[in-house]
Amino acid sequence: MIRLINWIKKVMSYLMELFISIVHLIPFYILVNLAFKTRQDTSSKWFPPDYLYLKNFSDVWTESHLGSALLNDLIITVCTVALVVFVGVLAAYPLARYPTRWNNGVYTLSISTLIVPALTVLVPLYKLVVDIHGISTYWAMVLVLTTFFLPTVIFLYTGFIRTIPRELDEAALIDGCNRYEIFFRIIFPLLKPVTASVIIIIMLGVWNDYRFSLFLLQKRSVQTVPLVLSQFFSQFQNNLPLAAAGSLLSMIPMALIYLFLQKYFVSGLAEGAVKG
Amino acid sequence: MDIVQSSENKMRETKTAGRLKKFFDSPVSLNLMYVPALLLFTVFIYYPIAQGIKISFTNWNGYSAHYSFVGLEKYRYMFTDMRTYKVIVNTLIYGLGSTLFQNILGLAYAVLLNAKLKGRGIVRTIVYFPVIVAPIIMGYVWYFIFQYDGGALNDIMLALGKKPIDWLGNGPRAVWLITFANTFQYMGVAMVVYLAGLQAIPREYLEAADVDGASGFYKFFHITLPLLMPAITVSVVLNIIEGLKLFDVIISMTNGGPGYASHSLSTMMSDLFFAGQDAGFAAALGNLMFVIISLFGISSLKFLRRKEVDL
Repeated sequence: MIRLINWIKKVMSYLMELFISIVHLIPFYILVNLAFKTRQDTSSKWFPPDYLYLKNFSDVWTESHLGSALLNDLIITVCTVALVVFVGVLAAYPLARYPTRWNNGVYTLSISTLIVPALTVLVPLYKLVVDIHGISTYWAMVLVLTTFFLPTVIFLYTGFIRTIPRELDEAALIDGCNRYEIFFRIIFPLLKPVTASVIIIIMLGVWNDYRFSLFLLQKRSVQTVPLVLSQFFSQFQNNLPLAAAGSLLSMIPMALIYLFLQKYFVSGLAEGAVKG
Repeated sequence: MDIVQSSENKMRETKTAGRLKKFFDSPVSLNLMYVPALLLFTVFIYYPIAQGIKISFTNWNGYSAHYSFVGLEKYRYMFTDMRTYKVIVNTLIYGLGSTLFQNILGLAYAVLLNAKLKGRGIVRTIVYFPVIVAPIIMGYVWYFIFQYDGGALNDIMLALGKKPIDWLGNGPRAVWLITFANTFQYMGVAMVVYLAGLQAIPREYLEAADVDGASGFYKFFHITLPLLMPAITVSVVLNIIEGLKLFDVIISMTNGGPGYASHSLSTMMSDLFFAGQDAGFAAALGNLMFVIISLFGISSLKFLRRKEVDL
């Protein structure tokens, strides 16, 4: 009897697994079907085409200048990730190691910027970037993105540094290291796992950013993939297969990184959440 | 004379050098390391917040050099404009609705996929996958499904012999469909957080309950759930903050339409600023949004932290 119940439970679990997988794949299944159809083909999106048609991909690549958009995305992402990790880890060390009243205040002030949504300060931020001649430049975009991702980075790094035993610092101090050497030689190398997670989280956010790009990158030559595709979409409302092909292409870089570095994606988020 | 002076100089130099060395030996000097971060916050967050308060008291149109102070007029306008209330309600549905669905479904998925099942890794990968897609693109994918003409959902309606529905053409329905789309995309994050939380629960607790003959139901609500509270706090608070900021998916699914029916505070602000050329109103709305997000973010954090138990 108990064996029967366990057997039913198991079968139910597998059925649930199957059901969840199917439901979560539907949007992507529809997208793929659409991306391979000709514009004239109005057959249901539930069925794949019975011919092979790849012109959508080459068309969207040339017409929306996806290549240059990818390059812009790459430049902005690499610069932002590098800068935010550098500034963030520097800030996190004293805040984690010397929790004086003053430093705790600084920490709270930094973390509380997490709840300031970019769009709350949209109007003055836009004005500021116009005033410093930063519209449609890489550097302004990188600085703004760095600032808004910085609280997350400081949060993750301080959380991690607090778990490193303080005795390590003290031993190094006795051995004649000064405080900066301790940070760069002892602490920094220990931060590799959390750095991997930080890089992944920030990379995702920057690569897929739309709200900042929309306001700060107005010249075509500096626009990123989400921006270019959204314009492409409103422009080609009547040619959805083309838009679908563009969407599919835009997912490829991150999808590849995800499949190869999956454990960092998942562990980074989870660690940040559970330890915090 | 010269020798005396130079030696005096040297002494002064070594004195300053000594002072510098002392300063850099003390932990206080390490505080210099967070100066770059504070500078960035000041320039790109604190200063804009202060400016935003100032702009909300003006009639600035967003580009001209001339504007004048109009006091509280923009706020009065904001609170008499019926759209504001509509948009606040929408924002709360986006924020709190997504949070509720994401966490209930994320927890259910985590419990299911924490059990020893074949293929659970693949299912986790599939559920988490949308997280890596740009939300603006994910919104377009949903548009293919919900669109009136040839949308995938209407194909099913037709196959069932029913009339096609303009899914996104009805305001309240569009709001819930956008909430659904946002939930679908980010429930993978909640799932992953809860999986980590479940794996951190000591096995002995559940085994002890088994010995006492506790039911699965009892174990879940009296052991698992209380011990998951820290994970729940993090997941819920982050979801609330993110959900109240919702922007991209709305733009790609409905662009705030029909009319203003599915706008959130974010999208309405950007609409007022760029299309409506009313920077004062947009800034006032931004300040309102800041207040709402702080209120919900902080109170949910306080409420949930109190429910946490120590191991």
